[in-house]
Amino acid sequence: MNTPVLQIKNLGIDFGGLTAVNNLNMEVHAHEIIGLIGPNGAGKTTVFNMLTKVYDPSRGTILLNGQDIAKMDTVAVNKAGIARTFQNIRLFQNLSVIDNVKAGMNNQFVYSIADMLFHTRKRRSNEEMIEEEALKLLKIFHLDDLKDTEAGSLPYGAQRKLEIARALASEPKLLLLDEPAAGMNPQETEELMETIRFVRDTFDICILLIEHDMNLVMNICERIYVLNYGMLLAKGSPEEIRNNEKVIKAYLGD
Amino acid sequence: MKTIINELLHHRNRSRMLSFALIIGSYLIIEFLMHSIRISRLFTSMLVPCCCYIILALSLNLVVGFSGELSLGHAGFMAVGAFTAIIVSGLSAKMIPDPVIRLFISVLSGSILSGLTGLLISVPVLKLSGDYLAIVTLAFGQIIKSLITNIYLGFDSNGLQLSFVTNELNLEQGKMLLSGPMGATDTAKISNFSSGALLIVITLFVIYSLIDSKYGRAIMAARDDRIAAESIGIDILRSKTLAFVASSILAGAAGALYALNYSTLQPAKFDFNTSILALVYVVFGGLGNINGTIIATTVLYVLPELLRSLQDYRMLIYAIVLIIVMQLGSSVRLKRSMEKLKNRFSKKGVIR
Ligand SMILES: Nc1ncnc2c1ncn2[C@@H]1O[C@H](COP(=O)(O)OP(=O)(O)OP(=O)(O)O)[C@@H](O)[C@H]1O
Ligand SMILES: [Mg+2]
Repeated sequence: MNTPVLQIKNLGIDFGGLTAVNNLNMEVHAHEIIGLIGPNGAGKTTVFNMLTKVYDPSRGTILLNGQDIAKMDTVAVNKAGIARTFQNIRLFQNLSVIDNVKAGMNNQFVYSIADMLFHTRKRRSNEEMIEEEALKLLKIFHLDDLKDTEAGSLPYGAQRKLEIARALASEPKLLLLDEPAAGMNPQETEELMETIRFVRDTFDICILLIEHDMNLVMNICERIYVLNYGMLLAKGSPEEIRNNEKVIKAYLGD
Repeated sequence: MKTIINELLHHRNRSRMLSFALIIGSYLIIEFLMHSIRISRLFTSMLVPCCCYIILALSLNLVVGFSGELSLGHAGFMAVGAFTAIIVSGLSAKMIPDPVIRLFISVLSGSILSGLTGLLISVPVLKLSGDYLAIVTLAFGQIIKSLITNIYLGFDSNGLQLSFVTNELNLEQGKMLLSGPMGATDTAKISNFSSGALLIVITLFVIYSLIDSKYGRAIMAARDDRIAAESIGIDILRSKTLAFVASSILAGAAGALYALNYSTLQPAKFDFNTSILALVYVVFGGLGNINGTIIATTVLYVLPELLRSLQDYRMLIYAIVLIIVMQLGSSVRLKRSMEKLKNRFSKKGVIR
């Protein structure tokens, strides 16, 4: 089998005395949509924060396409191919919808400060390409009509979609989605599932997503990892997870 | 053709055009008036400094409004630009008799040195997250003023002479450029209103070129959300440094233009009060609001000068106006009605 896009080995992190994640092993392969689920406080978001180097792990290794990301910072990790959304939406509130997406292309289209100042052809052609790409992404999420709206004034569901568009703008190989359907109504969620599959196919990326909406998880994830108290509780296909005694117990509480 | 018109009518571009129209229009009207009717000296003497303060406030807005950092020492950059320009202009007076070329070179030198100073102090500070920039710029403003207050610089046939103690330079028919706390005492006045207006136009061009580019988006993204910006590959330090250095270059140019408008200039002119004044202009004009900054600076600069004839009541009236403006500016109801008004004018034809 090919090297996985993402390989997590014995990952762990302590906050003071609290061990938030411990001994985690995970793999995400090309073209997969993987679910990461677990009760509140299980450590899911913390895993994302370690993958994007918002936090440095205390133990373990993270390999992206076989390359160790230990020495990278958040910016370098993004350049290496990981982009994410946030559980508590973090948009650039005062920028327009389209500028949020354009900001995501900061490293994709390059021109110098001199080009910027003297409005050279290079600046113009790059800005045109940025505009075109940004509109393409907005269309996927049906946000193109709102392109000049301030991001902070968008409805909740649209904000979540815009965050995904912005992450995609940085051309990741692995996309991390932290509760993408939170706050969406059933119809929006249904649409989102379509979009996630569409995005995976058109950009040929793999997606790791955290979600509490079991309908979404069971429908679009090919494999699922279950986290409980920072430890891996179970992994497997949606079918296996649905019928796993330990998982049911963890979710219902005992 | 249709796309060009649409582009021009886009509300963002409209506000860009308004800025240039505001400056060029005011310039033409004032020039016309000056040539056709007699205008009081009081008024004409305010023109160049007003231009300088507009440039200073615009440059500060780049840091405070667009980059989201606080600078409490922008007068320091003005000082660097000012005294560099005085020295360059003084030294090159014989070599470059043409005042326009000399003004250009002096302002350019002032802004370059100011930009380098900005680079030097911002890189180590911006590495730290938090409001350290405010503290360091505050100290910088004080230090630069004290430094210039202690410099005695003159030149004669033997070349440049420098002392940090007292005025003990032995110049043979030479000329003092800086005399400690007295500052510059015999500068050729080569600034004028035209150069001031031109410099504002250049400043606007630089700021708009920056904020409408990928660099500007990165600066504003880093302001709105640091972590999110990093997560899409934006280098926070580089973005904030770019904004700060661009700002110090422009503030230096403002200082240079200001200095060459007076025959005497004391370093105390660029003290903490001036930095705060610039901040007041920016806050009243609106963070990130270019046209607002231009208007607020003009009104708040001209008003107290005009009220000078009312002597003792001047500061009182000034304070009352400030309070009224502040009240109106923060009033929610006023804001809402302004929004409605704005929507009526600008949102026609725009969906949602
Ligand atoms: N910066 C931090 N400092 C201290 N403790 C933290 C920090 N970040 C997370 N934790 C703790 O780590 C644990 C896991 O938190 P995390 O946010 O990863 O949970 P989660 O699985 O995402 O939960 P939810 O479903 O509610 O989002 C929690 O106990 C949390 O309090
Ligand atoms: Mg979470």
